Amino acid sequence: MSVTAIAGATDAAAARSLPQRPAAPARSGRRHLLDFTDWQVDELVALLDTAEVMAQVLTRTIKKVPALQGFTVASLFFEDSTRTRLSFERAARAQSADVMTFSAGGSSLKKGESMRDTLRTLDQLQADLYVVRHPAAGAPHQLARWTDAAVVNAGDGRHAHPTQALLDAYTFRAARRDTTGAALPGAEAFRGQRIAIVGDVAHSRVARSNVELFTSLGAEVVLCGPPTLVPREFLDRPGVHVTHRLEEAVEGAAAVMALRMQRERMAAGLLPSVTEYVTRYQVTSRVLRSAADGAVVMHPGPMNRDVEIESSLADGPASVIERQVANGVPVRMAVLYTLLVGRR
Amino acid sequence: MSRVALRGGRLVDGSGDMGVHDLYLKDGVIEGLDLGGSVDVEHDASGTLVTPAFLDLHAHLRDPGQEVKEDLASGLAAAAAGGYGTVVSMANTDPVVDDPGLVADLVARAARTSGARLRPAAALSRGLGGEELTDFAALKAAGAVMITDDGIPVADSHLMRRACEYAAELGLVIQTHSEDPALRAKGVMNEGAVSHRLGLPGNPVEAESLMLFRDGELARMTGARVHLAHVSSKRGIEVASWLKAGGAPITIEVTPHHLTLTDESLASFDPLYKVAPPLRSAADVAYLRDALHGGVIDSIGTDHAPHTLAEKERDMLEAPFGISTIEVTFALLYTELVAAGALPLARLLHLLQDGPAAVMGWAPPRLAVGAPADIVVLDLERVREVDAAHLTSKAKHTPWQGTPLRGWPVLTVVAGAAVFERR
Repeated sequence: MSVTAIAGATDAAAARSLPQRPAAPARSGRRHLLDFTDWQVDELVALLDTAEVMAQVLTRTIKKVPALQGFTVASLFFEDSTRTRLSFERAARAQSADVMTFSAGGSSLKKGESMRDTLRTLDQLQADLYVVRHPAAGAPHQLARWTDAAVVNAGDGRHAHPTQALLDAYTFRAARRDTTGAALPGAEAFRGQRIAIVGDVAHSRVARSNVELFTSLGAEVVLCGPPTLVPREFLDRPGVHVTHRLEEAVEGAAAVMALRMQRERMAAGLLPSVTEYVTRYQVTSRVLRSAADGAVVMHPGPMNRDVEIESSLADGPASVIERQVANGVPVRMAVLYTLLVGRR
Repeated sequence: MSRVALRGGRLVDGSGDMGVHDLYLKDGVIEGLDLGGSVDVEHDASGTLVTPAFLDLHAHLRDPGQEVKEDLASGLAAAAAGGYGTVVSMANTDPVVDDPGLVADLVARAARTSGARLRPAAALSRGLGGEELTDFAALKAAGAVMITDDGIPVADSHLMRRACEYAAELGLVIQTHSEDPALRAKGVMNEGAVSHRLGLPGNPVEAESLMLFRDGELARMTGARVHLAHVSSKRGIEVASWLKAGGAPITIEVTPHHLTLTDESLASFDPLYKVAPPLRSAADVAYLRDALHGGVIDSIGTDHAPHTLAEKERDMLEAPFGISTIEVTFALLYTELVAAGALPLARLLHLLQDGPAAVMGWAPPRLAVGAPADIVVLDLERVREVDAAHLTSKAKHTPWQGTPLRGWPVLTVVAGAAVFERR
């Protein structure tokens, strides 16, 4: 039985007899999703394929399968992020997992409890998987060393946000069609395609994870923004280019992703003014003209309309921004399923 | 006082190799070679190297006020376990050692404590605030041998100039923590390809090289003896060498961790590797190692900086800077440099003995009749895996956990008495 059995399962018994792990070639023993270091292309494609199955589940009248019944997913948010947390919790509940929520705001962490002691407490509550958001790069890696449970990185400092990258890749693949209008399987949708990522790359975990994922899948990534926010030595990784000229980044691109521009960057002396940023780096319909035919416009949210992206472009036909948000759920379902069912 | 014999070791000091002898110690000093006669204690030193105990000009003993990390007893015992007979303690404690009474208290307590000898440093600015100078003369009179705000760079160039002028007149050594605070900003690791990949805030080499240049220039301007602590980068060594060649009265220290670890270590996201200045690139490490051969580098200081495990288990942004090193420094450098054929043993010993003594203007330590009986016995064949649980320091965690290292102190003698013995 393959993972597609989830979609076809008509009763709980069938779903409970799912195989130990998806038939798709996910490597057994994969315990965590912290970043994409050491992930193989076939594993990444398997996650995207599993997410497609999950998306079918979500089109049904009863948007729930029992695949993760008996598992407990704990969201462990040391930094606020309602959107990401809700997306993960929706993904867990749609597979009948139990959900616990820990958020630092209302916790003992502010009373001086250490991250490790927090984890010790939650381990006693028998969580099987932690979804971790933390302001410091590497915190999920530290937690993964200390627990037997699975750990999914839901964003750590400037380092990584792997499920955001997966949903970006999923959205990109879903939008791509060959000349006959057919969907492109596997990693074919990515090969040789140019993805432009524009804005505050230096401080962006989304950018770092997208660089890792899209280049692994065979795409070429162009990073673009002012020199203070895209250092030239950024990522000496094959398939990555850096430019400080927006026109050059967008030319021939199959996707253009604008990153959120945080206003505190100006206070830190990294930008002279919003006006200057808008003039040089705002992703607009005019700039998009030099992109490839059928190019899509993406944004990881939340948007500063008319700062990093022209408002009308964000709402226009080239935009897949709302689909990115919607695709977060099936992609996260696939991640939870792959890591947890692999542990049975 | 008792009479001690160290039998059958090969005696080596900065003046050369004296061959195999029995070394006799009496009343805290060296009595002579092969004297015979009755002794109160004897140690079999056959097959080992008997040499003056090491001097560390840079250790954070955390006393007073941070005894949860380390205290005089644990710190001086850990130093002895590392083969050190003399330690200069840093002043960034709580309260800061910026008052002659605190210096006198440290000296008095250390005199009652077994382990290495303590020669305390005192703060350059009150409370390490970087605004007002401390009372250098009174601190010196109380026993301070060095003036330093180590741990916090002195941002104000004018204050540093005045400190150098005072220290020059008093003959005190100033040790710097040369990093430009604005440029290093909130960096937690070396800025470069690795920090960009990991998304960790970077601290560029130029934060170090710029401040080394300032501090070297002020040394030249004022004639103060300025010891540039923990120079970590190729560019830093180049700048300091250029100033030194131009006649600035500066000396240069490197640390065991900057000689053996690179910024790739941070890819583990383990705050054990978080240290200031940060671990640099492999090219920097190679350059530092090469520089050990010439006369540019004057001393190896441990920058022993213990913290509690709970502190080092905080996240990468919040965890404090520092690595606990003093017990493994010799074995680490012997293994990676001398046993690997990259550095002559005599040069490593120089950087741990005569080198630091010269920085301070102290007599070079010698195995000579009448010299203080501060001695370390080194078993250069002994291989042990580093086991943090058995460290003497209160900081029982180390980047070298489980690493087999060769060449260990097996006996440390201070003032004629064994203060450490490894069975």
